[in-house]
Formats: sequence, structure tokens, C-alpha cells
Amino acid sequence: MKIKNILIYSIVSSFFLFCLVSIWKILATLQGLDVKNFNFNLIFFFGLIISLSYLILGNKINNRIKSIFFSLAFTFLDSYLIQSLPLWYSIGLFLIVYFFTSKIQKYSKEYLDQEYSSQIVLFDFLTLFGIVLFSFVILFPFYMMLVTSFKTQIALLVNPLDFSINFKQDIKELFKSYFVIFKTYKFGKFILTSSIVSIGTVIITLIFAIPAAYAVARLNFFGKTFLSTSILIIYMFPAIVLVIPLYTVFSQLGLRNSIEGLLIVYTATTLPVAIYMLQGYFKSIPKELEEAAILDRQNWFGIIFKIIIPLSVPAISSVALYVFMIAWNEFLFSLMFLDNPNSFTLSRAIQYLSGDAETPRQYLMAGSVIVTLPVLLIFVYFEKYLVSGLTAGSVKG
Amino acid sequence: MSNKLSKIEKRTAYILTLPAVCLVFAIILFPIFANVWISFKEVGLKDIRIPEPRAKKIVKSISEEPVKIKIIYKLRNSSLIQEIRNINFEDKFPKNTKPIDLDERCIFKVNKIKCNFGNWQAKYRENFEIILKSTDGKKIEKKEVKSFKPKLRGKSDNILLSTSFTLKNFKKVLFENEFFDLLSTTFYYTFFGTVGSIIFGVLAAQMVNQKFFGRTFMRSILLFPYVGPVVALAYTWELLLDPNSGTLNSLLINFQIIENPINLLGQKYIAFNFFGFDLKLRLALTTVIFFEIWRYFPLAFLFILARLQAVPKELYESADVDGAGPIQKFTNITLPQITAVISILFMIRFIWNFNKFEDVFLLTGGASGTRTLPINVYQQGFAISDIGMGSAVSIVIVILLLIFMYFYFQLIGKKANEN
Repeated sequence: MKIKNILIYSIVSSFFLFCLVSIWKILATLQGLDVKNFNFNLIFFFGLIISLSYLILGNKINNRIKSIFFSLAFTFLDSYLIQSLPLWYSIGLFLIVYFFTSKIQKYSKEYLDQEYSSQIVLFDFLTLFGIVLFSFVILFPFYMMLVTSFKTQIALLVNPLDFSINFKQDIKELFKSYFVIFKTYKFGKFILTSSIVSIGTVIITLIFAIPAAYAVARLNFFGKTFLSTSILIIYMFPAIVLVIPLYTVFSQLGLRNSIEGLLIVYTATTLPVAIYMLQGYFKSIPKELEEAAILDRQNWFGIIFKIIIPLSVPAISSVALYVFMIAWNEFLFSLMFLDNPNSFTLSRAIQYLSGDAETPRQYLMAGSVIVTLPVLLIFVYFEKYLVSGLTAGSVKG
Repeated sequence: MSNKLSKIEKRTAYILTLPAVCLVFAIILFPIFANVWISFKEVGLKDIRIPEPRAKKIVKSISEEPVKIKIIYKLRNSSLIQEIRNINFEDKFPKNTKPIDLDERCIFKVNKIKCNFGNWQAKYRENFEIILKSTDGKKIEKKEVKSFKPKLRGKSDNILLSTSFTLKNFKKVLFENEFFDLLSTTFYYTFFGTVGSIIFGVLAAQMVNQKFFGRTFMRSILLFPYVGPVVALAYTWELLLDPNSGTLNSLLINFQIIENPINLLGQKYIAFNFFGFDLKLRLALTTVIFFEIWRYFPLAFLFILARLQAVPKELYESADVDGAGPIQKFTNITLPQITAVISILFMIRFIWNFNKFEDVFLLTGGASGTRTLPINVYQQGFAISDIGMGSAVSIVIVILLLIFMYFYFQLIGKKANEN
């Protein structure tokens, strides 16, 4: 029992150490260092030594001294015996091992004697491992997008592994891709179109959705259940099956290549979600308030404006942000309906840019940064609203 | 009295919902029915433009005679395939001018000219000339003549409104178009994308449900792929996976894991040896599925996390008292609590993945074995320019979708009954 626990503990922790060090090595490679090998055997072996000696030494020596000693030893071994690399790399390595040793402190001999301790160890390290891996896998493409937009075509082709940015160069040189896409490719105009379309969609959707959601939430009328289930069904219907008929009708009406056309389609596709989210919130507002308003001889217009809207600002803003993001990110309809560069949205403009094989990739990435940044900023800033909106936006689980 | 009130209530409700309902009907339900109509027709992309009679007006002065001026109308039928019937032409001239030797198809009244050009065949072209003469001997200003725009009106058939139908499109979709290959690719993509995103969603939710430093920060990072714009993310991945100068291939080569770059998005199959079995994996499709999982696991994560946080703490505490280990706690407490969410998530994501167009389109364009049904709608309708075929594929999607939805709503209904 005990040996099994110790074995699992040491193997899992060593493997975790190896993963940490490997990710550090990948990041170091991307800064132009010449690291050719992960040295699995060596690092795994050293991880085993650290974890086992922690068990054996127990609490006899001060934890901090132990940590510093092992971290230094590991750093020395890796940096000066295997490969000689700059100081910052070694400092990073030192910090990683220090972090690792601080994590394995709590696993003493007594701890591993407990029932299920191997499972606990496994779960603990899986969590740590997950945090590191998930953040790496998710953030890496975003990191690459940002870095690529600051590089030059030649630098990218010569060494695709070199992610270092030269901050010493002139600001104009550093932000060259951004200047180019604004000047040559007229991105200012696309940003304007995208903003008009997205904000317009939000406003029109809210104007249509608030009364409808109020009616669904509060009033009794024939066809109410039918309406609320059809909202759900329509929400599931994909854009791709609507595209051909809309394309033909819009062509014949001359609505293609126009902001109005996009506004109509975006509003219609976001309305079901908006109504669904809002009616859920409106139902939670106490009915007594409206009854008082009815006694005050308010009509529905007054009720909605004086009671419902002021009370549901959080829900409305969450719907507004959600709709804004849908409209801003939308691609399919803008691909189908826009073929005149004068009416492109940002997404369509980037797709158009990439269609030309000769467009340097740093321009493409600069464009991508420009589309992505506003959405991510809005998301991070209003996360609370949006998360509740996202969960309410789909069917409640 | 209450009867009257409920009448008012009903009326109000209809007024409030009507605008939204009308818009949604026009843009979402109408196209679905229109798809059925179009799918039974032979319509190409070029047929849907309504043929228009057009005229370009050119004004030329005649050098010897300043009192005369020549107007040339370049007339044409904008359509290459359809006839326009009964074309009426109208234009204005400046006052005190008069056309001489007027074409017999035209009548001149005061300062207006009206012509009936009859029928124009497809591709019809004509240069129609009028010579204007000033009646008071003054010079005719070119600008003034130019300032009037000619008006043209004609009748033509709208191919979409005709009542001739054919089953050709469906025959082609089902029998000629490698339909089962298409269907299996779509299901492969949908199924593995859905299962993968749910598995990663469960893992991430279980992870964030633990207490650690920077937990809220972690939660927002995990949602980044879901909220970012597809276009930007797809192109970033394309660069990342590029075989020639992509970061991933360079890294793998640098660390001596592979020898030659792998074209992850452009290679249909990859053969590898797995415990002595020679296996063939659909490489590009797998890569696209991984992108799919990367982009959509956050949704599963969010739902499962919300559910996990609602699990009463007492359950875990009593499990501790009973001496249960972490794995037992996970299988006996956590999993039963989240199976309901997972089943609903599976259905939603299955339906949505089934219809996913943008991701595959941007990554591979449907090449190297990644052609799914939605991609086929686009390819038939716009790349091959056969609107009828595109619609027929859409109809197939809608039918499959209705079947999935039937199961989905049964599931929801069941859950509602249980509660």
C-alpha cells in the first residue's frame, strides 16, 4: 500500500516537473534560444530524486533552504552541464523548480500513509497539470497572433521559431503592419462598418425584443406556448440553411452589399436568443410592481419604460453585449452578402485579405488582432454579465 | 369586465410581439420554406439576377452646326439568358429643342420623348441615335441635355416564380454526389467534435471547481477561444499549422520529434503503426476536429461548472465522513450530478456542430477530406453556382436537423417531467 503510494507520488510529480520544464523550454526556443532536446530521462530522473529526497528528509531541514538548494542544483545541472544558456533562462528554470518544490512540500511520509492518498496526489497533480496545459494551449495562438503582427515577412520566413520582438526599433517600424493595414487596406473604414452594424444590431434587437419578451413573460394570449417553443426551435436553426434563399431574395431586392441588409439579417438571427434571455429575467421581477402601475392607469408602454427597463438593466446589458459580440464576430452572412470592398465588415475584410496569397501574414495577423482585441476587452471587462448571459443564452441545464 | 381586460391583454400581447415575430418569420422561417421551393428548380447563380433594360446616354456636339446636337443611347439587355418584353423608354430634352428625323418607334410631346422598343432578346444591343435641333436658333448646352436621365421599363420572367419543377437536384444530391462519403464525414466531424469538447469541458470544469490562486482569471482565459472571432482564430491556427513555416512543425522538428513537416490541414490520410496494426487516420479532418474542440469546449465548461457549483457541499462532506476517496467522490457524486447537463449539452453541441460552416470553411475550405454537408451547400450554391443543388443539400440538412431536434425536445420534456 505504502510503496504503491510513494511510487505514484514520485512518478506523477516527476512527470509534472518534466512538463513544466518542457513548456519553459518551448517558450525559450521561441525567444531564439537554441534548445534541441527535452532531456526526458534526465529531468524525469532528477524529479524522482527531488521528490524522494523530500520524503526522506521530511521536516528535518527548513523548507526554504531545501527548496533553494534543490532548485539551484537542478538549474546548475541543466544550464551548465547540458546546455549553456543565458541567465534569464536559468532564472526561469530556478523559479519553476522552486514552485515545484513548494508544491510537493505537503506530501510527507505520514501523508502518504493515509488511505486514498495516491488518488489525492493524482488529482492534485492533474489539477496543476491541467492549469498549466490549458492556459498554454489556449493562450499560445493568441500570443502568436500578437507577436506575428509585430514581425517582418523576412524574419518570419527565415526563422519561424523566433518570437522575440525587437523593442529597440523605431515605433513606426514596430507598428508597421498596423500602419499599412490602415493606410493601404483602409481598415479604418471596415472598423467603422463593423461598429455601425454591431451597435445597430444591438439597438434594433433590443427595441424588438424587450416588448416581445415582456409579452411572453407576463401576458396571457393565444399561441403563447407555441411562440416560446418556436423561439427555441428557431434558435437551433443554422445560418447555412438560410443563406441561399436570403441570397436570392436580397439580390433581387438590391439589399446585398448594404449595411441595411446585414442589419436585418443579424437582428432576425439574434432576436430569438435575446427574447429568450430577457423573458427569463422579466419573469423574476415581482408582479406586484406592475399591478401597482396598472392601478396608476399606466399602459403597457409606461409599464415597460418605467418599471421593467429600470429594473432589468443588468439583464439588458448582458443581452446587449452578447448580441454585440455575435454581430461583431459574424462571418457567414458577411461572406455571402458583401462582395464590394466598400461595404466590408472587419471579418469579411480579413477573409478577403487572406484570399490574396501574396498578402504578408503579419498584415493578416495585425488585422486579426484588431478584430479580436475589442471582443476580448469587452469580455474581460464585463465578464460577470456575459457569463450569466452565455449560460442563460442556451437552454438551461 | 374581466373578459374585457383579457381582451385588452391579448391585443397588447399581439402588438408587442408582432414586430419581432414578423421579422423572424421573414428572415428565418420564410427562407426555410423558400429552400424547398428552390430545391425543386434548376436555377443557377446567374439566373437570379432580374434582367434589366439599360441605356447609356452619350451626347455629342456637331461641330459645323451649333444649333444641332447628337444623342446616342447605347441600349442593351443586361441579361445573357433572358428576354425582356414590352420595353418602354422615356427621356426629357431641354426646352426649345426638337428632334429631327425621329425613329418611328417613338413619339415626341412637348419636351418629352416616349418610345416603345418592343421585345429584346438576351444579349440584345443597339445604338439608338437622336438628333436634336434648337427651335430658337440658340446653341444647345451639352450639360443641360446630359442632366436628364433616360428611364427604361420592361417585363421579364422571374425564373424563381415560374411553376416548373424538377427532381433532378435531389437525384444528384443523393446518388451522384458521393452522398454517403459526405454524410459520414459530417457525422465523424460532429460526433468527435461534440464528445471531445464535452470531455475537455468536464476536465476544465473539474479543475476550476478546485480552489487555487488566480481561479477567476483562469475562468476568463478558458472562455477566450469561444468569444474570439472565428476569422482571426482560424487564420492564426492556419499559420500555426503551416507545413513550411508554421510554428508547430518547426517546434516539432527542432525537438527532433518528427523529421519532415506534416501538412496537418492539407493531407487527407496519415498512415501510422499502432501496436503492429497499420492504421489510416483522416488527418485534416482530425485537425479540424481539434480546432472545433479547442473553440467550443468553453461552452461545455461553463455549463458544467455552473452545475458543479450548485452541487451541495454537504454531499461531499458526508462522503468524507464515509471515507470515500476522490475517485469514488467523482464517480458517485459529481458524475451523477452532471449527467443531465452533459446529455443536454451533447444534443445542443451535436446540432450546432452538425451545421458548423465557418470553422471548416476558413481552415481548409472543404479540401482534403473535410467536406461536410454545410460546406457542400456553399460549394454547390456558390462555387459551382448551382443554387438549386445548394438548396437541395440545405433541405437534407433541415430534415436531419428536425430529427435531431425531435430527440432533443423529448430529452428536455423528460427532464421537465422529472423535475
